[in-house]
Amino acid sequence: MAPLLEARGITKRFGGLTALDEVNFDLDEGHIASIIGPNGAGKTTFFNVFTGIYVPEAGTVSFRGQALLGRRPDEITALGICRTFQNIRLFGNMTAMENVLVGMHARVGLPFWDVLIRSPRWRIRERALWDKGAELLGVVGLRDKANELARNLPYGDQRRLELGRALGSAPALLLLDEPTAGMTQGEARSLMELLRRLTANRGLTILLIEHNMRVVMEVSDHVTVLDYGEKIAEGRPADVQKNSRVIEAYLGRKRWAPASGRASG
Amino acid sequence: MTAVTGALRAWLDRPLPATATVAALLLATAWGVSYFPRSIVLFMLFQGSILTLYLARIPGWVKGVLTAGTLGVLMPVLGSINAYYLEIAIQVGIFAALALGLNIVVGLAGLLDLGYVAFFAVGAYSWAIVGSPQANLIFGGSAFPLPPWWFFAFLFVAVAVAAGAGLLLGLPVLRLHGDYLAIVTLGFGEVIRVLANNLDKPINFTNGPKGITPISRPPIFFEPVLRALGVEAGPVAIYPLYLYFLVLLIVGVTVLVNRRLEDSHIGRAWEAIREDQTAAQAMGVPLVRMKLLAFACGASFAGAVGVLFAAKQVFINPESFTFMESIGVLAMIILGGMGSIPGAILGAAVVTILNLQVLKGMSLWLNELRNAGVSIFGFNLADLPTQLEPAKYERMVFGLILVLMMIFRPQGILPAKRRVRELEDI
Repeated sequence: MAPLLEARGITKRFGGLTALDEVNFDLDEGHIASIIGPNGAGKTTFFNVFTGIYVPEAGTVSFRGQALLGRRPDEITALGICRTFQNIRLFGNMTAMENVLVGMHARVGLPFWDVLIRSPRWRIRERALWDKGAELLGVVGLRDKANELARNLPYGDQRRLELGRALGSAPALLLLDEPTAGMTQGEARSLMELLRRLTANRGLTILLIEHNMRVVMEVSDHVTVLDYGEKIAEGRPADVQKNSRVIEAYLGRKRWAPASGRASG
Repeated sequence: MTAVTGALRAWLDRPLPATATVAALLLATAWGVSYFPRSIVLFMLFQGSILTLYLARIPGWVKGVLTAGTLGVLMPVLGSINAYYLEIAIQVGIFAALALGLNIVVGLAGLLDLGYVAFFAVGAYSWAIVGSPQANLIFGGSAFPLPPWWFFAFLFVAVAVAAGAGLLLGLPVLRLHGDYLAIVTLGFGEVIRVLANNLDKPINFTNGPKGITPISRPPIFFEPVLRALGVEAGPVAIYPLYLYFLVLLIVGVTVLVNRRLEDSHIGRAWEAIREDQTAAQAMGVPLVRMKLLAFACGASFAGAVGVLFAAKQVFINPESFTFMESIGVLAMIILGGMGSIPGAILGAAVVTILNLQVLKGMSLWLNELRNAGVSIFGFNLADLPTQLEPAKYERMVFGLILVLMMIFRPQGILPAKRRVRELEDI
């Protein structure tokens, strides 16, 4: 079976800095995959290429056989790829419910005139949207906070609301940029439970960027390691953990450690 | 003291006493105005009681009936006693509709537009040119002015033309936001004004700074009805009332459209763009289309009001569409509360009343004192330089209000309320 997402030879430069250097990447449907790597390894750049925010200098990306490069972010969302952001980017002055409703924008498909005359079609659609929004808020455990302003929510809830908003666009592929950042181990664990349920019940494919290694190793079917814009390893979590280049990227070379006088880099 | 206010509040919280109080306030102030038609203070009290009607906690349908009675009966009656009050009401209506249009662009979509009055000008000139002999200079012959009936058609034509101008402005500025957008829209507003000023040659479209006159007014199509009812009134008496109701209708439509757009996926997308446009686009909001739609919608209101303005004034020239007008409309929505429909209307009312009533009233009063030769502390008011007339302080008072608002109530007088729904209701 062809992979859901297929990236070939992605190269992205910022001036003299090569953020991604001919990276190939495959993602199978129904999997939870992770991208890990030290800070500045190019993980978020990778996401931005997939979601149309950056256009790479070279390479191709296809999703279900359709080329993604050159499409606008909103078109890519309509195709079924949706994301969350590393630094939470909710619509702060809108309620949790409205945030999720905006997430559904690509699926509304009502012309302007229906809104203006409040046609029966609009009524039915709007009601369906609110029902669906309530359901999604339930999925991420925020149903009782539907009317709270997003900016007033506690940090963990904001992360989950971002997930709920992304689910609003009914994606086939969900890209989560450090979803457990700033969460306690317990919160992170329950979020991973949720992700696993989403892949099992909704047939979602999930790609994570994560720093929390325990989370990564527990939940992922597949791990890709980036360092300085290059893919240095990939495979099952257990194999990647043992890979010497990965250890080197994270901890530094063995002989450097005593010289610098520190236990690890 | 607290016991008294507490009791008062409890009393006003119940629908029946609240309704009675508001109705009594409205009738009492209206009666006061009819007795002292020249008292500005009493008319302002009447306007204040309209505000209490909006704020009072009474059932929606009662509020609707009272509003209809106040705006549909009381206001016209008072206006027939003192025509100036009707003029104020019409101006408030015109600016309310403008503020509501700008509210879509600035308040909802967060696109700072400093040249909004350009769309007002586009609407006004589109009727002024064909609704006066001016168009004969362009097309030749003597087909113009078009018959007055065309006024109604041009309400819609101007909506389309202004929306087109909105798209025209929107397209080049799509990539800009914040300060850059503000500067470009400011320039656009000036371009339209300068065009109006200079398009008198080689072909005379706008008659330049001399302006266009006389512009046709809408036809009094209900004249036979009036005659059948035995009402004998000339156009001089009818037109203010007629225009008043037309303005009321336009404001009503604007409010309706505003509310419908706001409470839909379109309005939510606009607000998402205002909050974070990168995130909005990543969530599937097509930025280009939604921004253009915001510009076009906002502009179309201004276009329709422009037609009405041209007909009301009978004469227009580029002086009516200066940069300060754009700032004035912007000040109205900042004062009332960004993104808030009642706020925009209240802001329009406060600013207009301040300009036309309070400052002018104070000038008149000062003039009377001066003419009477009154002296204060040995200083003869007749020696007061004319530069010190309150009416000339308009812009300063404006600025002062905005500064004070930014310090003490940055969200505006009537800030936008979030749409809150109980999940069980849906």
